[in-house]
Amino acid sequence: MSDNDWTPDQPLVSIRDVHKSFGNLEVLKGVTLDVMKGEVICIIGPSGSGKSTLIRCVNALNTIDSGSIKVEGQEVHDPNLDKLDLRKKVGMVFQQYNLFPHKTALENIMMAPLKVLKQPQAEVEERAHKLIKRVNLGGKENAYPGELSGGQQQRVAIARSLAMNPDVMLFDEVTAALDPETVNEVLLAIKDLAQDGMTCILVTHEMGFAREVADHIYFTDRGVIVEHGPPATFFTEAKDPRTKEFLSQIL
Amino acid sequence: MNAFQQYFFDLAQQHPKWNFIYFYDPVQTERVIDGLWMTLQLSVICVIFSVIIGVVGAWVQGAHSKTVRLLMQGYIQFFRNTPPLVQLMFFYFALGQFTPTYSPDGWLEVPIISNVGWAIISLSFFAGAFNVEIFRAGIEAVPESTQEAAEALGMNRLQIYIYVVLPLAFRVTLPALNNNLVNLVKTTTQALAIAVPELLYQMISIYNDYSTAQNACMLFLFFAYIVLVGILVFGMHRWERGMRIPGYGQ
Repeated sequence: MSDNDWTPDQPLVSIRDVHKSFGNLEVLKGVTLDVMKGEVICIIGPSGSGKSTLIRCVNALNTIDSGSIKVEGQEVHDPNLDKLDLRKKVGMVFQQYNLFPHKTALENIMMAPLKVLKQPQAEVEERAHKLIKRVNLGGKENAYPGELSGGQQQRVAIARSLAMNPDVMLFDEVTAALDPETVNEVLLAIKDLAQDGMTCILVTHEMGFAREVADHIYFTDRGVIVEHGPPATFFTEAKDPRTKEFLSQIL
Repeated sequence: MNAFQQYFFDLAQQHPKWNFIYFYDPVQTERVIDGLWMTLQLSVICVIFSVIIGVVGAWVQGAHSKTVRLLMQGYIQFFRNTPPLVQLMFFYFALGQFTPTYSPDGWLEVPIISNVGWAIISLSFFAGAFNVEIFRAGIEAVPESTQEAAEALGMNRLQIYIYVVLPLAFRVTLPALNNNLVNLVKTTTQALAIAVPELLYQMISIYNDYSTAQNACMLFLFFAYIVLVGILVFGMHRWERGMRIPGYGQ
């Protein structure tokens, strides 16, 4: 686009003073944060603090009332936004996996590249096979979502999102609905991505994981970012009483 | 006359109330076959059109424009709340007056849309109105979150409808659709009112000409519709089974 002079040294995702209300309930009260290319950030905080709403605004699943969200310099909060263009850049994985139940694992991964990007079948299929192996599901290509465990479904969902070759991935409490024993396999898949240099924004309750993979941690409460910092200092040197209280409950 | 024909011929002589005339009189056999063929054509064409109307209508019902949604609602209310027999007669006798005519042989004026054409239009819209509602219910059963995932993958509304919503909604709606299509096949008999030579029309013609054939004709009608609808239901059930998703919805 002509007015876009974004360069990779600028934030890949830039959120500026975002406000968002549902009816009378203001869930985001001026949130500002930047995510650089290759950075992994974790957003933590109590339920109802607006974490999920915030990342849903990044790929325009939710609209915002004021402020600005830019992805690679493209304003998301623009009525003339080319949504397809945005969603090619931003992948998203949901808490409830949301796979297409009538499609096999492989077909789930292939659907968007085939139908949306109209890429050639052979190329898409080859990539889908690679992706399914990447999330450690070799052999499950022809299984339907209903035949897979939660953790397996979530890994298919990650592969499905990666098939669009996004520049940034959003993870919305992706382990919250999983059985404890399958949480790890999903976290491993995300960690693998992060180590590969994928830019990731995670909303999570997995503090150990956040500490391990995040470059930066944001703590939100009641629609604002209360405190943020690199994990090395965030968990040990939290200053705000709300952060301290939250961490004491969860760690 | 072969033995089969002879048997029914003799039966009619001995029991005048059981004159299966269409089994031994080739002219009447042909009328039955013509009627069956017409009923079959009417059924198949109307089933296809009504399903198309249902799919498109359910899509239109989700439109942003309020006017479009209201028009669709009006269509459904009209066709669902009025008797199909009245609709048939209205289309053929009332609307038929306003359609252009042409003259194939130079002196007789023939309307462009024949009575068969009007029957197809009328019955398709009749069953289509129910199909819109049936598909809408199925669509509403598809979780918002699944559609959201498709949206996040860059699909537009039409792509989400075709690749995600419809395949899932179809599975939910098959039993209700099945019922409606069965009704449609049976409702084709009402095309009799505008002289469409379908099975009921032919059977009545036969027993108007040969009053002793009345009981035999009615028997045949029951038999024919049991078989016809049976085939439809069998096909729908097979389809339902074929569309079953492993590990889903059971």
